[in-house]
Amino acid sequence: MDQSAPILSVKNLAVTYRTRKRNIEAVRDVSFDIYQGENLGLVGESGCGKSTVAFSMVNFLGSNGRVTHGDILFKGQQLRGRSEEELRKLRGADISMVYQEPMSALNPSMQIQDQMVESLVAHRGYSKTDAIAESLEALKKVYMPDAENVLRRYSHQLSGGQQQRVLIAMAMLNNPSLLIMDEPTTALDVTVEAAVLDLIAELQKKYNTAAMYISHNLGVVARVSHKVAVMYAGEIVELAPTETIFHNPMHPYTMGLMRCLPDVDAPKGTRTLHPIPGRVPSPANLPNGCIFSPRCELARAGCSIEHPALIEIEPGHLVRCLRRGADWEGVKQIWATAESMQEQAPIQRDGTVNENVLEVKAAKVYYPVPFKTVAGLFGMEKRQYVHASDDVSFTVKRGRTLGIVGESGCGKSTIAKAIVGLEPIFAGQVEFLNVDISKQLNKRGIDSIRELQMVFQDPNGVLNPSYSVGDQIAFSLRRFHTVPPEQVHAEVERLLRSVKLDESYYNRLPRQLSGGEKQRVGIARAISTNPAMVVCDEPVSALDVSVQAAVLNLLLEIQKTRDTTIILISHDLSSVRFFSDDVAVMYLGRIVEIGPCETIYHAPNHPYTTALLAAVPRPDPNAAPSKVRLSGRVPSAVNPPSGCRFNTRCPFKIGAICEQEEPPKRDMGAGHLIYCHLTPDTLSNPNI
Amino acid sequence: MTLDNPAQEKQVLPPGRPRIPASITVAVKDFWHSVRETAELVFSSPTAVIGMLIVLIWVAVAVFAPLITAHSPLEQDYKNINKSPTAQHVLGTDNLGRDVWSRVAYGARTILSLGPLSVFVAFLVGLALGLPAGYYGGWVDEIVMRALDALMAFPTILLYMIIISALGPSSFNVVIAIAIGGAPGIARLVRALTMDIRTREYVAAAKLRGDSDFMIMLREILPNCRGPLIVDFLLRIGYAAFYIGTLGFLGLGLPPPTPDWGGMVQEGHSHMTANIWPVLAATLAIVTLVIGLNMFADGLREESMRYQ
Repeated sequence: MDQSAPILSVKNLAVTYRTRKRNIEAVRDVSFDIYQGENLGLVGESGCGKSTVAFSMVNFLGSNGRVTHGDILFKGQQLRGRSEEELRKLRGADISMVYQEPMSALNPSMQIQDQMVESLVAHRGYSKTDAIAESLEALKKVYMPDAENVLRRYSHQLSGGQQQRVLIAMAMLNNPSLLIMDEPTTALDVTVEAAVLDLIAELQKKYNTAAMYISHNLGVVARVSHKVAVMYAGEIVELAPTETIFHNPMHPYTMGLMRCLPDVDAPKGTRTLHPIPGRVPSPANLPNGCIFSPRCELARAGCSIEHPALIEIEPGHLVRCLRRGADWEGVKQIWATAESMQEQAPIQRDGTVNENVLEVKAAKVYYPVPFKTVAGLFGMEKRQYVHASDDVSFTVKRGRTLGIVGESGCGKSTIAKAIVGLEPIFAGQVEFLNVDISKQLNKRGIDSIRELQMVFQDPNGVLNPSYSVGDQIAFSLRRFHTVPPEQVHAEVERLLRSVKLDESYYNRLPRQLSGGEKQRVGIARAISTNPAMVVCDEPVSALDVSVQAAVLNLLLEIQKTRDTTIILISHDLSSVRFFSDDVAVMYLGRIVEIGPCETIYHAPNHPYTTALLAAVPRPDPNAAPSKVRLSGRVPSAVNPPSGCRFNTRCPFKIGAICEQEEPPKRDMGAGHLIYCHLTPDTLSNPNI
Repeated sequence: MTLDNPAQEKQVLPPGRPRIPASITVAVKDFWHSVRETAELVFSSPTAVIGMLIVLIWVAVAVFAPLITAHSPLEQDYKNINKSPTAQHVLGTDNLGRDVWSRVAYGARTILSLGPLSVFVAFLVGLALGLPAGYYGGWVDEIVMRALDALMAFPTILLYMIIISALGPSSFNVVIAIAIGGAPGIARLVRALTMDIRTREYVAAAKLRGDSDFMIMLREILPNCRGPLIVDFLLRIGYAAFYIGTLGFLGLGLPPPTPDWGGMVQEGHSHMTANIWPVLAATLAIVTLVIGLNMFADGLREESMRYQ
């Protein structure tokens, strides 16, 4: 085959979905080439048509989707209009796909080996024994520990990272020419994600496979892609080599995506995020002219009339914008000065009261494990507990933010729910404004309930779908008699305005709101009682980046104007850094490191923190990938490892002492505590 | 600073909809909006439309019974016993010379009032048991559910016969019997829905404003169960119509001479060889009503699931 010809060439692709009311063109005029060994990243917010593009390559559009226009040339052959049977052969042998949810992509009732051999037997006519041997090889290629045994396991016996490795191994089995990956790491923890990304980058280099990588995360794309296509509302708005996209973006949408990302290397108060206003338009209702113009801060009069074409402004760099060349220079200068000015003006907080708002003392949250035997029911067996949070202690001072970070399953949400009273506290004490609140919610006084509110994670579950937005906020106001009854309506409108929603939202139902708007209403409801403290449990993790920035800015503003104390639970170290004064790092129910934000983001660190920081994908293609990677998975919280709980995964484990003794508390000064057997000197220099 | 920028997340208002301050007009508009949405839902399913039409025909017959019949359902004409249809008696007469069409029309009144009423009572009982069982779980759930399991172990028709035999046949007792027989199934459905909804974050938010458990069940959980419950309600009216008919046929329904479809079949079936009309008319009435209600409910369910 000709080496210089693209493996995949897509020209003017258009995809239409048929719905009850009309046909919706979800993807329009998409063209790109992928050459051998090249990785094309496809980025954009949700609803921009990224997955539709991927699915149209293999004709997985569903019963109501159809490629209506354009060519899909794979090694020069037209894929569009092929029969199911022809495509099926091609898909298994030459085009492979890795999906977002590893759990649902594997058949839970089949052993891994049976699933893996299927494609070899079907597409290559292998015998079963040969196919199993080949599968074993494939698992070894993806560095699967204990590959022989993994073959005989079922998917539920593997961790998320292992499952994704199996899927990548399966995808690579037939040495495909093209590998399509649809958000393969989105469902994984950062530490696992980092390892999977390393693997993808390495495999691609080794086997010279062409790949398409879909992600909403710019940091991830920067890590694996050679060139990047930015999609917006079904169109490619910018296509360029990765280096150019990140260092010299030319489309306002690409720039907007960069500017709204919190930076893991910038401390609190030194940066504001620039959210992109509005939201992605529905493909059924596209604006005239440039589709980005209603949200574009640089839009001019002509932008809403003329639809710009995708133009090559320099070799390999295509942009769909009416501003060209010299137009840009002035804009860039204005933005650069605006940002440097903000850097000089850190956020001022009035009053440096050193009062403890919340004091958590050795709090434990345990859940009883249901008995599995009859003897257990009659109390003849020792009760087992899930040690969700174990001996957690910290204090939060007025007006400050404590960020709690860690992988999923480390107990950060549990401790948050225990503080607000949604989970019972098993042992230990929680003092809030000097009142003991370590009891169930219905036994707490109404005052401490009012002063301690919560912002939730899932925008779709936050609001009751049966009541209008205003009513739900009013429930709270009436319940706590925050304002006299006749002023409730006015107060709700005031609260809506304070979260940047206008009065017309009062009568809207939750389903008429976007995710970001729902989250704002959730925040308005939480602050309606004027609480001293708000616990935010992953408030932005379910939102698109551009909306995340707006919500984070809003929370920061509320904290500034109301002097609210905030606990921010997040797995995203960048947003924690943007927002927090203090940070606690949790692992398997324990705090392993706690201290002022600045000390946490620099060595010396607990080895777990080091690994977490190393795993954060940075939106910079030049960032050198760190060597510190965690293997394995978080152990069961029913029988946590003895000694230091992190000893099973710690890259800097000393020896038996880690398994036998609880790690000592190392006071590094200024309230920075590390629980580790390593001495402070060694901690400062973790690369030994 | 961008922070002070109003409405960072610009909202695109639906075109042509003026900004009206919160007032009754908006509430009325919202009401009509939801009516229109429900209608759209029904009309997008042919099954539901046909089912609804059949049911509406029976409702019209019941409502306008006095206007569309020439005779009283109780009026006996001994000169015309077991007659085939004539111009005067469009569906003929029964063994006591009563007009079959009148008895069918007035029988629709009986069944269309007792059916929904008994299902409504069954729902009250089912909700009262299912909501707490699903919300609290644990021991409450165990006790309620095991008791209901015991009740469900009885074959339904046997259960009705036991209750009616014990209480005596009357319309009130038919309602009681169907309520007791239907409550366990409703309680199970409500419990399952509650167990799902209680984990939602808006329930947690209600707890965080110190709402009582009763308030949470009533205000946060119940309204969000309504979709499946409405479908179940329609289906159960169909079952109720069917069971009221069966009870009537077994002589355990409404005491004579109340016009009752089941009773008509029972009275007519011994004369069936001589005169098929009373049995045929009553049977067709029961069948069409039950099928209509089932189609309506099924169509509604399919259509509402499709857009979830």
